[in-house]
Amino acid sequence: MNMSMSKILLLIPILPLIAATIVGLFGRKLPRHYAHVLTIAGVGLAFVLSAYVLNQTMHGFTLNETVYRWLTSGAFNFEVGFLIDNLTAMMMVVVTFVSLMVHIYTIGYMHEDPGYSRFFSYISLFTFSMLMLVMSNNFMQLFFGWEAVGLVSYLLIGFWYTRPTAIYANLKAFLVNRVGDFGFLLGIGMVLFHFGSLDYATVFEAAPRLASAQVQILPNIDWSLMTVTCILLFVGAMGKSAQVPLHVWLPDSMEGPTPISALIHAATMVTAGIFMVARMSPLFELSTTALSTVMVIGAITALFMGFLGIIQNDIKRVVAYSTLSQLGYMTVALGASAYSVAIFHLMTHAFFKALLFLAAGSVIMGMHHDQDIRNMGNLKKYMPVTWITSLIGSLALIGTPFFAGFYSKDSIIEAVKFSHINGSGFAYFAVLAGVFVTAFYSFRLYFLVFHGREKWREVHHDAHAHHDDDHDHHHGLSPTDDPHEPGWVVTAPLILLAIPSAIVGYVAIESMLFGDFFNQVIFVDANAHPAMQHLAHHYHELLHSPAGMALHGFLTLPFALAASGVLISWFFYMKRPDIPATIQRKCNLIYQVLENKYGFDSFNERFFAGGSRFIGSKLWQIGDVQLIDGAMVNGTANLIAKISSKVRHLQSGLIYHYAFAMIIGVFLFLTFFIKIN
Amino acid sequence: MNLFNQHILSFAIWLPILAGVIVLLLGSDQNANRTRWVALVGAVISFLVTIPLYTGFQLQIGTFQFEESASWIPAFNIYYHLGADGFSVPLILLTSFTTVLVVIAAWEVITKSIAQYMAAFLIMSGLMIGVFSALDAILYYVFWEAMLIPMFLVIGIWGGPNRVYATIKFFLYTLLGSLLMLVAFIYLYHQTGSFALTDYYALPISMSAQIWIFIAFFMAFAVKIPMWPVHTWLPDAHVEAPTGGSVVLAAIALKLGGYSFLRFAMPIAPDAAHYFANTMITLSLIAIVYIALVALVQKDMKKLIAYSSISHMGFVTLGFFMFSQLGLEGAVVQMISHGFISSAMFLCVGVLYDRMHSRQIADYGGVVNTMPIFAAFAVLFAMANSGLPGTSGFVGEFMVILAAVKFNFWVAFLAATTLIFGAAYTLWMTKRVFYGAIANTHVAELTDINAREFIILATLALLVIGFGVYPEPITALLQATSAEFLTHMQTTKIPIISSVPAASI
Repeated sequence: MNMSMSKILLLIPILPLIAATIVGLFGRKLPRHYAHVLTIAGVGLAFVLSAYVLNQTMHGFTLNETVYRWLTSGAFNFEVGFLIDNLTAMMMVVVTFVSLMVHIYTIGYMHEDPGYSRFFSYISLFTFSMLMLVMSNNFMQLFFGWEAVGLVSYLLIGFWYTRPTAIYANLKAFLVNRVGDFGFLLGIGMVLFHFGSLDYATVFEAAPRLASAQVQILPNIDWSLMTVTCILLFVGAMGKSAQVPLHVWLPDSMEGPTPISALIHAATMVTAGIFMVARMSPLFELSTTALSTVMVIGAITALFMGFLGIIQNDIKRVVAYSTLSQLGYMTVALGASAYSVAIFHLMTHAFFKALLFLAAGSVIMGMHHDQDIRNMGNLKKYMPVTWITSLIGSLALIGTPFFAGFYSKDSIIEAVKFSHINGSGFAYFAVLAGVFVTAFYSFRLYFLVFHGREKWREVHHDAHAHHDDDHDHHHGLSPTDDPHEPGWVVTAPLILLAIPSAIVGYVAIESMLFGDFFNQVIFVDANAHPAMQHLAHHYHELLHSPAGMALHGFLTLPFALAASGVLISWFFYMKRPDIPATIQRKCNLIYQVLENKYGFDSFNERFFAGGSRFIGSKLWQIGDVQLIDGAMVNGTANLIAKISSKVRHLQSGLIYHYAFAMIIGVFLFLTFFIKIN
Repeated sequence: MNLFNQHILSFAIWLPILAGVIVLLLGSDQNANRTRWVALVGAVISFLVTIPLYTGFQLQIGTFQFEESASWIPAFNIYYHLGADGFSVPLILLTSFTTVLVVIAAWEVITKSIAQYMAAFLIMSGLMIGVFSALDAILYYVFWEAMLIPMFLVIGIWGGPNRVYATIKFFLYTLLGSLLMLVAFIYLYHQTGSFALTDYYALPISMSAQIWIFIAFFMAFAVKIPMWPVHTWLPDAHVEAPTGGSVVLAAIALKLGGYSFLRFAMPIAPDAAHYFANTMITLSLIAIVYIALVALVQKDMKKLIAYSSISHMGFVTLGFFMFSQLGLEGAVVQMISHGFISSAMFLCVGVLYDRMHSRQIADYGGVVNTMPIFAAFAVLFAMANSGLPGTSGFVGEFMVILAAVKFNFWVAFLAATTLIFGAAYTLWMTKRVFYGAIANTHVAELTDINAREFIILATLALLVIGFGVYPEPITALLQATSAEFLTHMQTTKIPIISSVPAASI
């Protein structure tokens, strides 16, 4: 049993890797359909096996074993290995399922693209990397997966490498992620140094003994080891999960093809940070300061990134800001020690956000690659499947009772309410206000795209002006054309994702939040951080069941906020479109701030990018060229030249003369030395 | 066979030199192809004879293996004494392997004085292996100085327009350091009556003498590595050197300096090494941060990679002087990995230069459109240069940074900035050269790599990924040697009762 299980576990990441390698290396030579057949077979099998593993872990199976030893140095062993428990298995199922849907969808979305097989190779490679990340049993492999998914993200954001915006965005994404990884790596160093191992089990076991350990990072100032370590690790999470101020790369990452926005930049990779912190719960629980930091950062992201979603007109960017905001919600939950709730929201979000992105992609195809929602309208008439599934996704996103997002988001809000650590007051306000904002921008998008007038018929855009460029953004639909629903390879994944978006919350909440699903996985110090305990108590005393929770949900403040968000956006964009225009005019200052995304981009561009280049060029011109070369080296050379002008006949400038002189020198030294003896 | 087994190192040194001589004798520009094939066969055989050093290496032994000793100049007690340990074996293999690549890389590219070019690299290979295996100070010194001659010739004859300036700069820098090193050897001979390295290891030396010895060695080795502020010869030398010259310079010549710190400066003067540790670490950090920022603004691809090399070598010296096993082994791994990655990067520039005759980043753009296979390799090596996990570039940096966290958090903090800056300068260059729309007609006319170029790059790619995924084969070699080394470094050599007359230089 155990033996075969090890093999199955090994197969799960290896299958997508093999498919990716074959398609990547030989994709240009093989017939086109090999690309998707091979990769879908790999990922599909991985999904089936993952589902089997989840079934096993839910019946009590766990495993922590080494696959191979990566390297040994002195007392330290670095290994590649798997830790399989409910958390891992659930992540594996989510990753492989969404990946499978995206693989199928890609057949339709990318079918005209010359990089067809390259794309499949990348997304299968991504699936492998992400699986290695979640299956890891140690920090080293976690970092491996962490950076590997970053690599694939880099390759995929820059997939259309002739677009200047795409290759700007992928460099930016990689570098901003590297800033996060910088902190993450230092955090890993702290773990290795203080715990003596990078193995999760060893580290978590040692953690309580080190709970009150102090370190001196600055001379004579004692800091809690746990706080320093956890905050450093969290910096890594901030990069990958796009938390303020390291969020700047995610909106730009929308330059990549839409399927990867769904897979990487919504459902899986960006949630790696959330997964990591949940995995590290035995460490984070020992530092309330770190948890407060996590919570405040998450709250800022949840609310302020939501605001930016309101003013976006690019369909993908609206969804991207909504992702940022939802990642903020998950982070807030982590800060409230409600790790299981964060993971629960991670799961529901993976389904409905992948759905929303793929639906957006379907719309983009229908609109002939026009992404501006101001040119859309009434698509429900032409694209019914996309319409209904988008509606389900939107309802899930804003937290409509009975839908998946309701259970997870409402639990986050309640958990924050029960939390009393520093910053929880602000976080509670932020997540509540965020509900209204989310509902407003989600349904602004929904109404503008699927209802109202057919605006592409009114605009005159130079539809085919850029026809020479295959991948240009804005082909646009010509006014006389009707959009069409794409084929089944696109609609089937939408439907398959819409089902869990609707029901998974109802099905899973009891075991994931209040059952023993995460018993041996997530550690919560109930005395110090009782929010989760209160949440369970509240559920059992008052709500009793998922249905009870949903019914009660209709009477709560979040529902009122969500409903008013939907109503107001309907009123603004369907009934009185002049109102938002007026507001925009009247509050120009605020609009400008939002339009500039709070100035993060221009600050980074000027201060960090420009500053580094400025310092670099000064160090080079003044340090290397003027001081070292100018004054010292050539100065010495000039001095020698002056002195030796008297013995010019020795300075022939021929290399072999110098070499000869050098050998003579050696002999002179030896002779001199023999004489002393 | 017995003869071979007892003299593997001698074969490793003299076979490539012999091959070089044969190439000189048989080869000529008229018989270009024969010259190339003779050189290739020589290089491959020379590489094959080094493989037993790996397969026959006793992992648990921390001292010298494969030793050979014969009296050379009895009057001065000079021996032809060779030996290898865990530090030198991987470097020897790297040297003989790189020589094969250099010969293949020069195939159609070098059309002028082919025989001399190939011979220079073959002879240089043998001499550098000599540096890595000499256990007698004079033998070492002879190899050390002799390997400069072919390098001067390579840059001076096949180099770029400004080659004379670059060669003289290189010459001035290295000469000064080498002479001081010779003085140190003579002093040590004066103390021991021997040039045997093992005698020097055992010799008690007063602190002040150790400091002088360390400084003398430092002058020689720091230039080679090169460490800030004696690094400025390297970018000039690289820019002027032909591709093969750059490859050997980056992959091996720089490691001569790093290796020699481990072989001479540190174990002979361990107390001085501890005394100067903070200075060395500071210089290393300057190399990592300052040089990375300088690399960021370079407009010439070769200069950028040259600065990147200096920055990466900062991890080597940083790893040495923290005196921890993790850091030390990380430093050696970094040397090996940098050998692969910098070779690959310089070969990539060579591929472009052969086609466009420009190294300026601004002359390129959108190369991926016309050279997709080449671009895939280039992006892989760029990622390796940025230290991506799964490539060998990650392993050494990871080990050194982790060791640095233990040593001092802020040292680690500064060292870890390479994650950001290393990625910034490498990927920014990649973006400007490879991505984007086709920049000009010259780029539009590029043809993708041929089979020969593909084989070279694919081999390096396999090694870079192979050692990234499974570095244990390298670190296993280092275990016993580094443990032995650190034990030696922890023992003071300052005489308690001064049995040696007051030392002064």
